Formats: sequence, C-alpha cells, structure tokens
Amino acid sequence: MKALLTSPRTAWIVVGVMAAILVVAVTTLQARSATASAGTAAVNHISTNTIPMAELPSIRGEEMAVLTAPPHVPAPITRNYATKVKVELEMFEKTMEIAPGVEYNFWTFGGTVPGSFIRVREGDLVEFTLRNHHSSTVPHNIDLHAVTGPGGGAEASLVVPGHEGVFSFRATKPGLYVYHCATAPVALHVANGMYGLILVEPKEGLPEVDHEFYVMQSDFYTEGAHGEQGFQPFSMEKAIAEQADYVVFNGSTTALTGDNALKVRQGETVRMYLGNGGPNLMSNFHIIGAVLDNVYLEGGTVAQNNVQTTLIPAGGSAIAEFRADVAGDLILVDHAIFRAFHKGAIGMMHVEEVPELAERGRQIFSGPQANRPYTSSAVIED
Amino acid sequence: MLRSAALVLALALCLPLPASGSGVAAVSLDTAMVRVPAGSHLPLYANAGARIAVPAFEIDPFPVTRRDFAAFVRESPQWRRSRINPAFAGARYLDGWRGDLSFGTPHDALRPVTQVSWFAARAYCAAAGKRLPTTAEWEYVAAASEAETDASRNGRFIADVLRTYGARRTPVAPIDGAAPNRFGVHHLHDRSWEWVSDFNSVLMGDDSRGASGHDRRLYCAAGSIGATDPGNYPAFLRYGFRAGLEGRTTADNLGFRCARSIP
Ligand SMILES: [Cu+2]
Repeated sequence: MKALLTSPRTAWIVVGVMAAILVVAVTTLQARSATASAGTAAVNHISTNTIPMAELPSIRGEEMAVLTAPPHVPAPITRNYATKVKVELEMFEKTMEIAPGVEYNFWTFGGTVPGSFIRVREGDLVEFTLRNHHSSTVPHNIDLHAVTGPGGGAEASLVVPGHEGVFSFRATKPGLYVYHCATAPVALHVANGMYGLILVEPKEGLPEVDHEFYVMQSDFYTEGAHGEQGFQPFSMEKAIAEQADYVVFNGSTTALTGDNALKVRQGETVRMYLGNGGPNLMSNFHIIGAVLDNVYLEGGTVAQNNVQTTLIPAGGSAIAEFRADVAGDLILVDHAIFRAFHKGAIGMMHVEEVPELAERGRQIFSGPQANRPYTSSAVIED
Repeated sequence: MLRSAALVLALALCLPLPASGSGVAAVSLDTAMVRVPAGSHLPLYANAGARIAVPAFEIDPFPVTRRDFAAFVRESPQWRRSRINPAFAGARYLDGWRGDLSFGTPHDALRPVTQVSWFAARAYCAAAGKRLPTTAEWEYVAAASEAETDASRNGRFIADVLRTYGARRTPVAPIDGAAPNRFGVHHLHDRSWEWVSDFNSVLMGDDSRGASGHDRRLYCAAGSIGATDPGNYPAFLRYGFRAGLEGRTTADNLGFRCARSIP
C-alpha cells in the first residue's frame, strides 16, 4: 500500500478503485435489503437490533457462592463487576416428613426441597460442581433455566452416585430461574423433589428491602391418600393422572406454618422469590390479606403492580414485593383452594405490630367494628 | 421353603470364612447357571416394533458376591485394589474392602460385589470362561416377574420394581434364595444396578443412527421421544444409570453377574 502511494496519480487511482468497490458494496447491500424487505426483512431487523448479543464482561477474581436452604435467601450482591462464582451443590436422596407422620423419600439438591437457593450477578461466570452423594440410588444432573446452552447444563453434568461433574456457564440474562434434575425419567426426578431457584441479579442490583424469602410450590404423588401415616412411596399412576395427594410450599405441609411461619414487622418491605417445581400443577399464588405491590411476572424483568393472585407455571417463577402495612397473620395459598384446604398448599407470615405504626394500620384496616343481629325486610320467593 | 433357605444362609454366614476362594461353592445356594430360552426384547429406544432377537443363553442366577470376587483377585493380582491400573477403575475401586483380599467381615461375604468397574467385571467373567450379558439379554431376563416371563407391560410389576429400587440401601444386602423370577434368576432388581457388556452403546438403537442421537435423548422430556414404553419408569432408571457410566466408573450400588453363550 505504502509503495503504491509514491505518486499522486497512483494514489488517485487507488482511491478511485476503492470508491468503486465501495459503490459496488453499497449497491449490493441495498439490493440485498430490498430482497430482504420482500421476504425476511423482519428477521434481519430482529437479529441486529431487537435482541442485542449478550454482553460478556471481563471476569475479575473469583468467589464461592453462599447457598441457602429455604425459606432463606443469600444476601444481596454488592459487587459492581463480574466475577467467577464457584457453586458446589451436593445431591442427596433423603427420607423426610412431607406431612406430620408421613415420610417420603425425597431426591434433593442440597438436602432440602426445594433445593439450595443460588444467587449470582448478571455477567458472572458460574463454575458449577455438581456432586452426587455415594448413597444415592441413581445418577442425577442439573438443568438450569438460566443457562443458554444444550440441556441447560444437563448434558454436561450427569453424575452417577459417588461422582462429581463440573461445567461453567455465563449468567447472561437477569431473572429468577428454576433449576431441576433432568435425568431419565425426568418426571420421576422432578416428582421426587429435584428443583430449586437460581437468581441472576441484574447488574444494577435490586432495590433494598427488609426481608427476602424463598418459597417454592410443588405437587407430590403417594401410594397412600393424603395424610396416610408412615412411609409413602411415589405413585406413578397418580403422577401420570396428575392427581396430587400433596400440594405444598417448601416441601411439606408444615414448612411455613406454626413455628415455621415467616416473620416480619409491620411496615417492613418483603420480597418473595417464588417458584413452582411442579411436576404437574400450576400455582395460583395468593397471599390472603395482602395486595402484591410489584410482581415480576414469570421471574422476568417487567413488574406488574397491585396484583392479587399471580400464576406461576410449573418450571417457572415470579418475584413478588409488598409492604406489610397491617399487623396480623398473612396466609400464603394456592388459590385453587382445595389444594390449600386438603393438600397442604398453605403457609403463614406473621406481621408483628410496631407501636408507632399501629394507628396507621387501623386506618388501613379497622378490624371488627360491629357484629349484631338485624332483621331483614327482603322477601325471598322460591 | 423360604424359611429353610434363610436358615441355610444364616448357617453359611456364621461359618468361619474358608482360607481360600474355594469357599464359593460352600454357599448353599444353587449357583449353577440358568439356561434362558431364546426370545426377544423390545429396547426402550428402538424403531417402532423393532424387537431384538435374543438367542438362548446362560446367566448366573445370582450377582457376583464379594467372596467370589476375592477369589478372583487372589488368582489375578492385577485386579487387586492396590494394583489396579487407574485406566481400568476409578479411585473408589473396591471401596470398603479392608485389604487386597479381605472384603470385610463374614457378613459381607455374600453381599454382591460393588465398586467394580466394567473392565474388572469383564475380566472376572472372562476368567470364569464367561462374559458380561448384553443389554438385550439383561433386560430380557429382568422383564420376568415371578409368574410371567415378560411382565414389562404389567403395571403392578412395574410399580413393584420401582418401589424396590426406592427401597434399596447401601451397602447392598447379601444374596439369598428368595423369590427367583420366572427364569429362575435372583436379585435382578432388589440389590444393585448391574453392568452389561454394551452399556455405552445401548442408546444408539438397533440402527446405530450415529452420534447425533446418542444419549441426548435421555435428558429432560426429550427422554420420552422415541421411547417404546414411556410408562416403564424402571427401564428409564436403568437406561439413565447406564448413560452416566464410563468403563472405569465404580459405585456403591453397581455390581454385575456373568452370562455365557450357548455354542
Ligand atoms: Cu435426579
């Protein structure tokens, strides 16, 4: 190039040739987009503008992820850069109570149903070590819905008892995602309790709240009817028919009742990370006595305001935020209400009264003001 | 009948262990190989209706026990725990054994040997003039209930096997003479998973459609695509287990038994 530019004349020739090439190129492009607008213009448009390529920020340092058992959630991430987060999760098959006096052999991520809560930041590189305890009867793996890639990690993570597997993924998209075991027969692994939630916090973080809780609904199928005492094996027949004996929050009918009730104080803000492990039923999640100020539908980025009941699909999630304005007990239910009454889909949140807010609370809700006999003048004709 | 078998076993367990591997025959269970008549097996993954013909063959009525395996490593030092080539078995090969030739207490003698790799299992069978069963052979024999030779579509049997899998514990319980299946074979479901010769090729189907379809089918709901019997959860569990194996894999609940072709 440099050699060519020895005289102005050759330089002009070069420029001329370049311009010609440019003209041809532009014309070709125009011709192409003309063809495109006739046929696939929309595709061209979307692929370049509407869905930008995921950012892959450079990774600084590394840290171990802190995992928590439900209903607890790891502390918010204060980092303002992407790092390598190491997650170590062990899978156990473990017999626990699904209801008082009723035992079930759960298959778990981390020894609980739902499994350990995982929290990472958008852009993080997650190095996942999945361990299968040597006492397990079967191999397990993990499919994280936060993963972009074949099987959501399932293909890379299948481990037989007494083995561990490692794979890495970039948490490119913020949101609240379900993870679950995807080993054959997947329906059985999920039916036995192999699911949990992973939060990919947006890089700008989430607004500060006073409490964060982890609540996941799921349905169980046992040989005995609901409440039948003793060890209850899985019923394949009922699972296929989708006739659940138990519909529960956090793996048992009592996980969020009595002493296990969630506790907050009046006036505090609450964020609930809600999931539904299924395997079969949708959750019609409702808190009796509260309107959900913000609900990030399906665990995504957009919030709906003032929601009464939110649908959480099997294998899906939602984030709900509200302020506990009034003291008393809030009741968490699946509003497909027979499930709450007869199958265990019920939980409690106790809102403790704060003296300075008591009067404000009474302005919002009076409590009982009167209860007396009256005589009706209406005549009911049959 | 059951009671007397149990009694014999109890006696066998209380006896002091013979000094050498010749004690295998001392077990008062009939360990003579069982002749399985020719038949066919419909793989969990196959083109519609593509049954695999299974010629008549012989199979061990019991899984290989720790005592059996101790006798083998006595004769074949390269398969001892301290000498095993790491290419042929993972770090937990024969885990739980007290030494190269000592598998534990006398109570462990009749436990099916576990923590054995495919390479070791294959070598054991070869030393006995036998071989590992193929997936088709194993599944064909294991489809029999006590009453039927093919109970693979019997919902009660399928549910029983699934419950049995859930009730298994490690260390694997010793063998006993109870409840042989219709072919006269014991413990196909109630002790451990078992090696087959072609554990790593079973997912390709009978037409060997190639790597693209290989084992991917077992993940997530894709596992049911092309399955010949989506209701056979026990079979899914077995295929799922095999999908996680490599030749050097060992596990607390993975053992084997041998088979032999009939010339
Ligand atoms: Cu699993």
